Amino acid sequence: MGAFPADSVGLVTPRKIVIDQALALDCGRTLPQHELVIETYGTLNAKASNAILICHALSGDHHAAGYSSETDKKPGWWDNCIGPGKPIDTNRFFVVSLNNLGGCRGSTGPSTINAETGEPWGPDFPLLTVRDWVRSQALLADQLGIRQWAAVVGGSLGGMQVMQWTIDLPDRIRNAIVIAAAPKISAQNIAFNEIARQAILSDPEFHGGRFYNHDVIPSRGLKLARMLGHITYLSDAAMRAKFGRELKAATPSFNYDVEFEVESYLRHQGQAFVDRFDANTYLIMTKALDYFDPAREFGDDLSTAFRQAKAKFLVVAFTSDWRFSPARSREIVKSLVSAGRDVSYALIDSQLGHDDFLMPLPQYHRVLSSYLARITEEET
Amino acid sequence: MSTLRPDLELISNWIVPGSRVLDLGCGDGALLAHLTRTRNVSGYGLEIDPDNLARCVDAGVNVIQGDLDDGLKDFETGSFDYVLMTQALQALQRPDEALAEILRVGKTAIVTFPNFGHWRVRSALAMGRMPVTPSLPETWYNTPNIHLCTVSDFEDLCHARGWRIASRRLLDRSYHEGLGIRIAPNLFSEIAIYTLQGPKIIGVTA
Repeated sequence: MGAFPADSVGLVTPRKIVIDQALALDCGRTLPQHELVIETYGTLNAKASNAILICHALSGDHHAAGYSSETDKKPGWWDNCIGPGKPIDTNRFFVVSLNNLGGCRGSTGPSTINAETGEPWGPDFPLLTVRDWVRSQALLADQLGIRQWAAVVGGSLGGMQVMQWTIDLPDRIRNAIVIAAAPKISAQNIAFNEIARQAILSDPEFHGGRFYNHDVIPSRGLKLARMLGHITYLSDAAMRAKFGRELKAATPSFNYDVEFEVESYLRHQGQAFVDRFDANTYLIMTKALDYFDPAREFGDDLSTAFRQAKAKFLVVAFTSDWRFSPARSREIVKSLVSAGRDVSYALIDSQLGHDDFLMPLPQYHRVLSSYLARITEEET
Repeated sequence: MSTLRPDLELISNWIVPGSRVLDLGCGDGALLAHLTRTRNVSGYGLEIDPDNLARCVDAGVNVIQGDLDDGLKDFETGSFDYVLMTQALQALQRPDEALAEILRVGKTAIVTFPNFGHWRVRSALAMGRMPVTPSLPETWYNTPNIHLCTVSDFEDLCHARGWRIASRRLLDRSYHEGLGIRIAPNLFSEIAIYTLQGPKIIGVTA
């Protein structure tokens, strides 16, 4: 054990939760049963009132903190924020992190076996919405004996799940921490997602989503999708600082090999993603992002939607984030204020872009720590 | 529990319990925390400084990070019973526009500012120097105060715009109201506290 840092949750083991209740989805279909892979950190108190749910973003998973093996060098994706003495303090809170339904890290999704056919679901897996995820997460909470979350926390697409929780299940969430999110994504954002999807769908090795049966993966399409995504997660200034226009060689080679450092970075990121992510899951995640619009069923008025909510909110945005810009977070805050909800809003000075929500920026973690320190264990 | 600054104590006595309050430039949130505790108000602070913002969160006060100079466009017309702004008016780009916005968003505005008509200021200027006084301690080149005014200037602006002065308190820097202030308010007061109402709202008392 001693090999891990003292402020780490240490060695963690994922577990699979089988949810036997049928799950009716927004698309009209029903999943009779599904499985979710989760990790938990910290200890649930006797009243089950100290639980925090972590909602992951587009390509995230259940492994948010700690190490998967004794020799693991890289901790979970939000390890800088979750652990003993960290902003999401595992000495105080019981933290639940899951791989969402439709994911590709063990939870039921397009790459898992459809019991009806004995084959991978592939393109037959239903398209999902953020509301579907909240329903599935609520069934998970039931299984874990958690009636009400002390807080639900998420960045980006994760922040959208947090907002949906407050609207759909207001009695089951006391605090909502919505980070680098938007009340719905812009046409520009849908456009980026569409290009990413077309890259995957037009890869000849996609085989209409049944590539598992052909022992191939649509790696070129998935790689392109991820390269595009990475551009939007970084600010112009961050790219300039990180790569500039540096050439890998002393002189131009006048061909299409990797020449600029930024090309090398994007290709590396693209390839690394292909090795760990499923193309069908990527399609489903981007569609869920596009569909998210909680105001829609409230006459397109977000403040009416938030009148359902009972939670207290903390909304956080980052100055250099152009994919989910601070102006979008201000829309959330404005609607919450006009709905009369308790809300605080922090705008964090940042350099990197959208990805800053994963960084341990002191100003950011200070606000998170302060907010979470005030969360009581009393259910409301 | 630290004691509240005397001007904030004064202001808090004017707030009707259960009101909705917006505190512009709310600092560490002390006034809002006090009002929430003692007068059951609901409300928000607006604050630009990240350290102050974190202190507000520590205090359990709703706080929104933002710049007063960007206006109050995120707040709906008439959505607050009181909009408070203490000792910030003189540091704004356009105090007149800010006051108009405050009176759009709030039914009543409570505004405090340092009086530039005080005799210490006048005597410094008479000597040909920009004033550095106990209530205006910064020098001309590093002061955040870019739009200072006297009590008379302020009241002129209110009359010109049709804003009703519902009440005013003129105090020295120890928050006292001495004989001098009663005789010659613009000469002897250092801190001015005004309660204003917009031209269309009548019959609301502070």
